[in-house]
Amino acid sequence: MKLKLTVNGTLRELDVPANSLLVDVIREHLQLTGTHVGCDTSQCGACTVHLDGRAVKSCTVLVAQAAGAEVTTIEGIGSTDALHPMQAAFREHHALQCGFCTPGMIMAAIDLVQNHADLDRRAVREGLEGNFCRCTGYHNIVDAVMAAAPQLAKGAGHG
Amino acid sequence: MAEAVSTGIGAPVRRKEDLRFITGAGRYTDDINQPGQVYAVFLRSPYARARIDAIDATDALAMPGVLAVLTGKDMAGDGLGDLPCGWLVKQKDGSDMVSAPHPPLAHDVVNYVGEPYGLVIAETLQAAGQAAESVQTEFTELHAVVDPARAMESEDIHAGVVGNLAYDWALGEQEATEQALAAAAHVTRLDLTNNRLIPNAMEPRAALGVYEQASGEHVLYTTSQNPHLERLVLAAFVQVAPEHKLRVVAPDVGGGFGSKIFVYAEETAVIWAARKVGRPVKWTAERAESFLADAHGRDHVTRAELGLDADGRFVALKVATTANLGAYLSTFGSSIPTYLYGTLLAGQYKTPNIFVEVHGVYTNTAPVDAYRGAGRPEATYVVERIVETAARELGRDPVELRRINMIQPRDFPYETPVALTYDTGDYEASLNKALEMIDYQGFAERKAAAAKQGKRRGIGFACYIEACGLAPSKLAIQLGAGVGLYESGEIRVNPTGNVTVFTGSHSHGQGHETTFAQVVAERFGIGIDDVEVVHGDTGRVEFGLGTYGSRSLAVGGSALVKAAEKIVDKGRRIAAHMLEADPGEIDFDAGQFKVRDSNRTLSFGEVAFAAYVPSNYPEDLEPGLSEKAFYDPTNFTYPAGTHIAEVEVDEQTGVVSLVDFVAVDDFGTVVNPLIVHGQVHGGVAQGVGQALMEHGIYDEFGQLQTGSYMDYWMPRADDLPDFRVDTTVTPCTHNPLGVKGCGEAGAIGSPAAVMNAVTDALGVNEVSMPATPEKVWRALKGQ
Repeated sequence: MKLKLTVNGTLRELDVPANSLLVDVIREHLQLTGTHVGCDTSQCGACTVHLDGRAVKSCTVLVAQAAGAEVTTIEGIGSTDALHPMQAAFREHHALQCGFCTPGMIMAAIDLVQNHADLDRRAVREGLEGNFCRCTGYHNIVDAVMAAAPQLAKGAGHG
Repeated sequence: MAEAVSTGIGAPVRRKEDLRFITGAGRYTDDINQPGQVYAVFLRSPYARARIDAIDATDALAMPGVLAVLTGKDMAGDGLGDLPCGWLVKQKDGSDMVSAPHPPLAHDVVNYVGEPYGLVIAETLQAAGQAAESVQTEFTELHAVVDPARAMESEDIHAGVVGNLAYDWALGEQEATEQALAAAAHVTRLDLTNNRLIPNAMEPRAALGVYEQASGEHVLYTTSQNPHLERLVLAAFVQVAPEHKLRVVAPDVGGGFGSKIFVYAEETAVIWAARKVGRPVKWTAERAESFLADAHGRDHVTRAELGLDADGRFVALKVATTANLGAYLSTFGSSIPTYLYGTLLAGQYKTPNIFVEVHGVYTNTAPVDAYRGAGRPEATYVVERIVETAARELGRDPVELRRINMIQPRDFPYETPVALTYDTGDYEASLNKALEMIDYQGFAERKAAAAKQGKRRGIGFACYIEACGLAPSKLAIQLGAGVGLYESGEIRVNPTGNVTVFTGSHSHGQGHETTFAQVVAERFGIGIDDVEVVHGDTGRVEFGLGTYGSRSLAVGGSALVKAAEKIVDKGRRIAAHMLEADPGEIDFDAGQFKVRDSNRTLSFGEVAFAAYVPSNYPEDLEPGLSEKAFYDPTNFTYPAGTHIAEVEVDEQTGVVSLVDFVAVDDFGTVVNPLIVHGQVHGGVAQGVGQALMEHGIYDEFGQLQTGSYMDYWMPRADDLPDFRVDTTVTPCTHNPLGVKGCGEAGAIGSPAAVMNAVTDALGVNEVSMPATPEKVWRALKGQ
């Protein structure tokens, strides 16, 4: 099927099988391999991207459902020269080890802090329970999200 | 010197590798694609044990886009060998263990659910998957042996393996131990199970095989912790390609925890299949395949007896363990419940008599091999659970009972009754710091406060020891290891003075690109951004044995120090010539070669340039500035520490909340505390997962009941508390960095600490791991 999708700010016209998942279009057709697949039951969150500004597990979205929407992946939020505050916080607080869950975790964390004011550590843990990390034990991820939250809360002036 | 202070040994340098991971620019195996690539889907056994009677691929081959259906018979017909077990364990009667043949693809019988017996190759993944479902395989189901405790009385799985016994292994003095137990003032007995775990690195295993017909070269991209070992096994044993025509690349790898050490069927099959179909062949595991066919961990059943004298001093420890090895001996499966388990049973204590006997048994379950800690968590679990139980039985403070039995700093080097010589340590230093951090004095008050809320609060301790950086090669090979246990390193100083480092260690989250750069940069007095660390590619790195057993810095880092010394020695000779002095008069410090007691200096970069543009250069010296070294340690390293857990048990629901966790570890010299603390956090999370949540369960027919994240309870962010971690330092005495290794400690100490806390809260001696709400609720109700 043919459809249009805005991905990281660029309008893309696609011709893909109708049963394609959003994650497969992102990885295989658009070659944006920062979004990962870590499970087959929508449990791990490694494939988390933003669809019209909200975090979704892109393994659970048919690309047809995303037709006309804006999709933002990890490649679209910052660059090595200009990191998004959440990316910078993950690095500063050593919130990643193997890096495989990291893009999904960062995308979920951005959604969490942008939509919830006054998060405490417990709330961050609950807010990220849809994303597995097997390396960090989550401790430093919570540190990073807490550090980035004030900069990203609604009205704080970023993205 | 400002540079050295900010990035040198001991500095919490932010990781160099992070920039690519946080921007989505990591390059994992599944991110790599090749022109003309096709896709493989494996045919897997639906039965725990069955004979393959016939495979009919007619329908599958007729489907659009299908290139081939290849089976175990095809692979055997092409002369490929079996997957070997790399450690030959000697039984207690001196005979060799019994190793059942392990073909990469099963051809006559399948022996666990998920075992691959063929693969379908098609133009697209979807086509391959649909065709795989159309392959008609006729099986005759056979009786499956699932329970390790009853395996020896069950039907034989493999012809020639009587009683499903791979080995009956023992270590220590049986008679002396039994006599000491008979004479002991008190004997504590404990039956324990160490639950089966499924490793679950977040990146599923993957492999991409490429064959270039014109050159005869094979390239295998795969999720490996040790690409050179993979190449060696595939070339020497499986004989899929000669070693010099096979390049193995392990690019960014998304976690391993042991499960990516081993040489598996799938990567073997794709490199073979790539040659057969003349196209690059890619396979990426679905998570369900990871659950079924990654090597699992732990799975012990143990009876332990600890004898104490009237003062509470340990006089003897006797341990009998049945270890489930799964359907086949995986790459290092035989060594985990023996040399990495029995040897650790002295723990931190001066127990004079220890005897351990291990029956390693085959069952119709996935192979069991190293998983984070690998044998050492199992040993720590036995020692620390029975010590805590003894304290309860005797009405002694568990801390004081441990303290009077601990090996003291004056006792080192300390030879244990189970074949190890500990080089150094200060166990009470870690214990004391941990007690202070947890506020042991205040526990009674916290317990009383919890009781008012309907919660039972418990505290549990684990004073663990581990042996890391398995070594030396000669001893390990005498004990049955099929490979050396050294590591290689190479340092190329480029003409412009920056440095490329090649290491045989592999990083799949550990941060070698930063830590190793810190070590080398400090040695040369250059910035860490002037050091690039290359790993994970047999085409670029000469040789290596990879990353497991917390060995990378202690062994791989030491190889780099050795190579760096050679660079400095050569640089000294170059500088001496240029500065018209004797090499013995040249000092090297902070990046400067200097004639002693003079102001004549040359920078590291100037010497490097001179080595490649040798105009003013010693006549007897080769140009260039590149050195390699192999480092073979003289002993293991012995990290040790104290972990303390506090839990609260909800009396109504049986839910256990881990409310505080303190870890104080002695890893020797710490190069990067940020990375070291992160390793402890991750290890503790996996250990807490083992204690409270994770369990790989097969039903009586050998069907895996926990084959997805819907069924296998892996810790999520809201299942865990913040962790409080610190270190004490006694530098390792026998490697140049004084480091011991930090990758596994978290997973070693924490299960015993948590379960001691749970049983303390409940007032019982044993609840089997994982202490799920149901089990705890039953314990509360006395069921």
